[in-house]
Amino acid sequence: MAALISTYAVADRPLRAHPSVGETISQTLTMARRAYIKMMRNPEQFFDVTIQPLLFTAMFAYIFGGAISGDVQSYLPTIITGILAQTALTASMARGTQLREDMDKGVFDRFKALPIARIAPLAGPAVADLLRYGIAATLTIVVGLLMGYRPGGGVGGVLAGWALTIFAGWSLSWIFTWLGTVMKTAGGVQGLGMMIMFPLTFLSPAFVPKETMPDWLQHFVDVNPVTLVINATRDLMNAGEVTMSVVWALVGCAAVVAIFAPLSVWSYSKKL
Amino acid sequence: MTTNSELAVSASGLVKTFGDFTAVDGIDLEIRRGEVFGVLGPNGAGKTTTLKMLATLLSIDAGSAEIFGVDVKAYPHQVRQLVGVTGQYASVDENLTATENLVLFGRLLGMSGKAARAASEELLESFGLEEAAKRQISKFSGGMRRRLDLAASLLSRPPLIFLDEPTTGLDPRTRGQMWDTIRTLVAGGSTVLLTTQYLDEADQLADRIAVIDRGVKVAEGTSEQLKTSVGSSTLHLRLSDKSQIAAAAAVVEKVTGDRPVLTPEAGGVNVPLADADRAADVLIGLRHADISITTANVQQPTLDEVFLALTGHGTESAENPEQTDRNIHTEEVA
Ligand SMILES: Nc1ncnc2c1ncn2[C@@H]1O[C@H](COP(=O)(O)OP(=O)(O)OP(=O)(O)O)[C@@H](O)[C@H]1O
Ligand SMILES: [Mg+2]
Repeated sequence: MAALISTYAVADRPLRAHPSVGETISQTLTMARRAYIKMMRNPEQFFDVTIQPLLFTAMFAYIFGGAISGDVQSYLPTIITGILAQTALTASMARGTQLREDMDKGVFDRFKALPIARIAPLAGPAVADLLRYGIAATLTIVVGLLMGYRPGGGVGGVLAGWALTIFAGWSLSWIFTWLGTVMKTAGGVQGLGMMIMFPLTFLSPAFVPKETMPDWLQHFVDVNPVTLVINATRDLMNAGEVTMSVVWALVGCAAVVAIFAPLSVWSYSKKL
Repeated sequence: MTTNSELAVSASGLVKTFGDFTAVDGIDLEIRRGEVFGVLGPNGAGKTTTLKMLATLLSIDAGSAEIFGVDVKAYPHQVRQLVGVTGQYASVDENLTATENLVLFGRLLGMSGKAARAASEELLESFGLEEAAKRQISKFSGGMRRRLDLAASLLSRPPLIFLDEPTTGLDPRTRGQMWDTIRTLVAGGSTVLLTTQYLDEADQLADRIAVIDRGVKVAEGTSEQLKTSVGSSTLHLRLSDKSQIAAAAAVVEKVTGDRPVLTPEAGGVNVPLADADRAADVLIGLRHADISITTANVQQPTLDEVFLALTGHGTESAENPEQTDRNIHTEEVA
């Protein structure tokens, strides 16, 4: 042991001023790997991205289909794309509660004490979550296809919509990451997350056409980022077109990341 | 940037407040390279808070600190490259195995996967954890967690190691092992800052000790200096013949110049000693007076007595059941 440890003490070494971009990426991937291992050991973390899309797709289609579109079949292009956005949002909400719980554990003290990029412990799990969004999006689309959904956009359109859903989930997760860094308890993150998630999902054209809502609500629906994502997904999957909606959705998602990622890192490092 | 100071830690006027509560109230510390420095204090004294400020885990509200000459507030990233922290509460990932934990930290420190696995194996072996390598930490005993925690802090080969209550909650054997590990670290040239609630731990390990209480440093010195400043060890005598107790008291007073404390029912005579050598004088005096004794032992002051003397109040640590049986090095004299 002496031999091992004697080489451990070197005070006079050059010190790095900050982690390089390459180091930051590698540290983020290492943290993603940790999150991935934990995910595999806690399969209940997959409930919200498996059971929920399966259940909601079938339930909403059969409940609202007749009322809104006349029959279930013609409602599918609306509901599948709506559920895709909704699932991305719910799946990303879990990021906040999990981060809060994780940060209360001793191991986060070590992450903070290590000379690593401050964003790595936040971005790593977000990267691992791509798997969750991927599962959710795939399941929703498969259920839709089984129920008779025939997307007009073809394979390419569906793949593009699938990818957009995953990107949207990842982007929106930064809102909840930020909540995780500012709120004191996981319960608080959960509660506030719900309060954000419900209006964002339901005050959007996810399940019903915007035109059926009162005027004042329609104004909110128009600026809701989830609306942007839903419109873009519909254009891609149902029409196979890359419209301005798609551009706006991408810009909107990027804007969310550009605002909330730095905010999260700032509030995480300030909490030291 | 490189390090340049002769001092491993130099802190002045450290302050930390939580709301209107001041947890650390102007603490100065100077720790030399290669030394083991002990921070001794009861629950809530501010030990962890002080350590966390030095380790960049808590912001410093007032005052300043340098680690090997590097300013903690201005250059936290550099300071993190110099310090290995073993927190009071296990800072390893419960859901991962020991190997996964060490590889994770190794990779974060920039090692290749191969190097991280090799370092992990080596450390687990040195800490006697190789059998538990593939087990999840949630199934580890307290002692194993502490050891893994320390192992994780050594991955980066830090020249300065912070240990926050490294042996609290460990059984005596595991505590002994931890002490040996810490001694090995120091022999290898590391500087160690450790906190403890136990005087004998500080006594065993630390070259110098700072006693803190309610966020303030109340004393500093070697353990010998502390104990002497607190005054005395005590010689506990038990007489064979209880009726000789008055005569014994007279002898003691003549030799030491102080009246002993008597417990006549038990035939006990407790002699405060400025200096343990005086015990022999007392015993010789009793022999000359033909007073025979059944037992005699010298006790050094306990943490409670040190605190009482330094702060005017006890440690108030009701949650310290070991206090009595760890009543610090009782040496048989007769
Ligand atoms: N985050 C915090 N918010 C509010 N008060 C705190 C916080 N951290 C510590 N304190 C308070 O500061 C004081 C010092 O705490 P600290 O943990 O430094 O003590 P300690 O000497 O390490 O005690 P122990 O031996 O119990 O570990 C305590 O009264 C504690 O309640
Ligand atoms: Mg503490």
